[in-house]
Amino acid sequence: MENELKFHYMVHTSLDVVDEKISAMGKALVDQRELYLGLLYPTEDYKVYGYVTNSKVKFVMVVDSSNTALRDNEIRSMFRKLHNSYTDVMCNPFYNPGDRIQSRVFDNMVTSMMIQVC
Amino acid sequence: MEGLTLSDAEQKYYSDLFSYCDIESTKKVVVNGRVLELFRAAQLPNDVVLQIMELCGATRLGYFGRSQFYIALKLVAVAQSGFPLRVESINTVKDLPLPRFVASKNEQESRHAASYSSDSENQGSYSGVIPPPPGRGQVKKGSISHDTVQPRASADQQEPASPIVSPQQSPPTSPHTWRKHNRHSSGGNSERPLAGPGPFWSPFGEAQSGSSAGDAVWSGHSPPPPQENWVSFADTPPTSSLLTMHPASVQDQTTVRTVASATTANEIRRQSSSYDDPWKITDEQRQYYINQFKTIQPDLNGFIPGSAAKEFFTKSKLPILELSHIWELSDFDKDGALTLDEFCAAFHLVVARKNGYDLPEKLPESLMPKLIDLEDAADVGDQPGEVGYSGSPAEAPPSKSPSMPSLNQTWPELNQSSEDTAIVHPVPIRMTPSKIHMQEMELKRTSSDHTNPTSPLLVKPSDLSEENKINSAVKFASGNTVDGYSSSDSFTSDPEQIGSNVTRQRSHSGTSPDNTAPPPPPPRPQPSHSRSSSLDMNRTFTVTTGQQQAGVVAQPPAVPPRPQPSQASGPVVHRPVDADGLMTHTSTSPQQIPEQPNFADFSQFEVLAASNVNEEQDNEAEKHAEVLPVEKASDPASSLRVAKADSKTEEKAAASVPANVSKGTAPLAPPPKPVRRRLKSEDELRPDVDEHTQKTGVLAAVLASQPSIPRSVGKDKKAIQASIRRNKETNTVLARLNSELQQQLKDVLEERISLEVQLEQLRPFSHL
Repeated sequence: MENELKFHYMVHTSLDVVDEKISAMGKALVDQRELYLGLLYPTEDYKVYGYVTNSKVKFVMVVDSSNTALRDNEIRSMFRKLHNSYTDVMCNPFYNPGDRIQSRVFDNMVTSMMIQVC
Repeated sequence: MEGLTLSDAEQKYYSDLFSYCDIESTKKVVVNGRVLELFRAAQLPNDVVLQIMELCGATRLGYFGRSQFYIALKLVAVAQSGFPLRVESINTVKDLPLPRFVASKNEQESRHAASYSSDSENQGSYSGVIPPPPGRGQVKKGSISHDTVQPRASADQQEPASPIVSPQQSPPTSPHTWRKHNRHSSGGNSERPLAGPGPFWSPFGEAQSGSSAGDAVWSGHSPPPPQENWVSFADTPPTSSLLTMHPASVQDQTTVRTVASATTANEIRRQSSSYDDPWKITDEQRQYYINQFKTIQPDLNGFIPGSAAKEFFTKSKLPILELSHIWELSDFDKDGALTLDEFCAAFHLVVARKNGYDLPEKLPESLMPKLIDLEDAADVGDQPGEVGYSGSPAEAPPSKSPSMPSLNQTWPELNQSSEDTAIVHPVPIRMTPSKIHMQEMELKRTSSDHTNPTSPLLVKPSDLSEENKINSAVKFASGNTVDGYSSSDSFTSDPEQIGSNVTRQRSHSGTSPDNTAPPPPPPRPQPSHSRSSSLDMNRTFTVTTGQQQAGVVAQPPAVPPRPQPSQASGPVVHRPVDADGLMTHTSTSPQQIPEQPNFADFSQFEVLAASNVNEEQDNEAEKHAEVLPVEKASDPASSLRVAKADSKTEEKAAASVPANVSKGTAPLAPPPKPVRRRLKSEDELRPDVDEHTQKTGVLAAVLASQPSIPRSVGKDKKAIQASIRRNKETNTVLARLNSELQQQLKDVLEERISLEVQLEQLRPFSHL
């Protein structure tokens, strides 16, 4: 529970950084590459990565700093997978945007991704 | 007989059967008695039984030993699956179900049945159980109990009579199963298509008493109830309709059977004699679905948009979460719209859910949208054939995984995975270059406009960076090095690569002694050549090394001829004279001869300066001189010069001994001074060095063109004349050079003056 709060807090603070990056990029952010924001900021324990979609949906990933094996490319691919799964969830007419995502497929994908990394 | 391989379930099953038959515990079973009973219970024609008995060797022996018995059982299974009875088929037929015996019902058998059912997922009971093949296990791992209802792996030949017992044995926890039994007991083979929706229809079947109603009852009732049900579904919650019909059953149904007991599940599996996929859609159902589809979307080839589908399915009053999951399962191409197939699958899942069946984690095979057009029912009819290919119990459809549907199911993932592999960024640096890796690298490199020859080269830098060695000689392809250099400049895709390229470049030019000499740049052992990293030096060295025939590592081609014999002796002379470290340079300087423009320059002067110096000395002096410009950056330039003078004198002394090529080179004395001066000026005029080198390139060419001169005394005069000619030419060149340098000197001095003036002008301000 404690950790969850901590992560929540971290994610929220990183949103500021995301906004900052988005505004810095200006208008020319249609390119797919720029959707990936990269390392937002490193704390002593964690690294935070950001990704924003064309519709301004933001993905934030918090990674343990001790996991040095994770490379930028892998983070990118993880974000891409996330993005794809997210769009699949969106396609579901029964899903109301803004709701908490309860799709099992999505959860499975995320879990498998995290297991892959650890 | 042949070796018989049995799976665990089979092993267990067979051994139990054997023990069952082996009443007297004699380890051999007589044909009469229980064995015969058993085989009769297998419901095979008599001749088949006889054949089996023959094949297994019991007729030979007169009794069934354990192995014979097992073989016989296996053959029974084979026969029941419809395969031809052959001895080979014992082991060749894969995933054979356990043989089924409609044995006489007694408590022992039922206990066996119960034990099997409770033991493992694989059913081994023979009292009417349809044992799922081993492959079924994975299905069970999936969703919960109801999922297991799906795959029915029974052979075509069902035992109609089998379930008679089972309903009595199984605790009637689930009216479902009970109904199923009834149904089966009543009809058996005939109403196969209804087996699938059996569970669905069971609630309606419950209208009739739970006795073994005749088929007619079932068939009669089956079509109307769906209509009722579906119609009611559209308008009112179907459960209500169910309630009207079967108050008793509804209670069971409405309880969410997400966690049915394992035994119940097993019983369902066990006691259902139908192997049909419960997820299969019958013709009537499909027709109904199609009609519903038409109400929303008249065009059967068109799509139902998500919103319309949402409304439609919301009417079923299922929770949104479940509807969402159903959507995820059924919208196969993830386009937000439902085709006819997808719609039917979704509808079917809704109906199943309404009837209490859990939603599967993955779309059942029978519900997967076919790639071919499914308008005609023929395809639907084909499906049972697919699901359970003729007789042999099909494995759980998911496990059977015919290529297409499963491929379809997983293609979204495949897409992503392939995407991932394609996206894997071009940095995998491996320790050892492998062909595949090189090809990968090549592919990625092609985007950065590299020609193919360079691509293997690019792999090598990565290797180098890993190994950090300069055994690159082994790896480099000849002639690629130059390309590599150029490509390294243009290479932008990967900083790592650039770094490694640079390191490689440096490695070449660099100071570490190479183990082997690659055809292009030869190893350069002089550490003091700071400028050696320039390409010019490389080329120079490649050329110059060719000349040195003694003790030089590589022999690059296209070396301008020089008086080689004299040169050969030169280093010999030098080495004994090795006074200081510079001598080592000089000893290697023969390598650097004339292509170095500077060298040729001063060598000539040295030649001139050193009177009575034979050509060896000249060459040596040249070499000395060559060394000097190379070491422009080095501080001890002056010392060099001094040393040069020393060495020159020494040379003179030494040279007089071996060779007697005398050169009237009195005028050599003055030239050293201008040489020194030139050196000095060069040091000061660093920026002009290149210019200088360019100019003196002419000299080099001149020198290079000089033919080698034999040493024989008889040709001395000719040699002298030739040398005189050469010297004159170099004289003129040097004079020109001199004048140019003087000009530069003047310019620089002017600049200096102007700067000083400026300084003076500013100085008064500084005081203020």
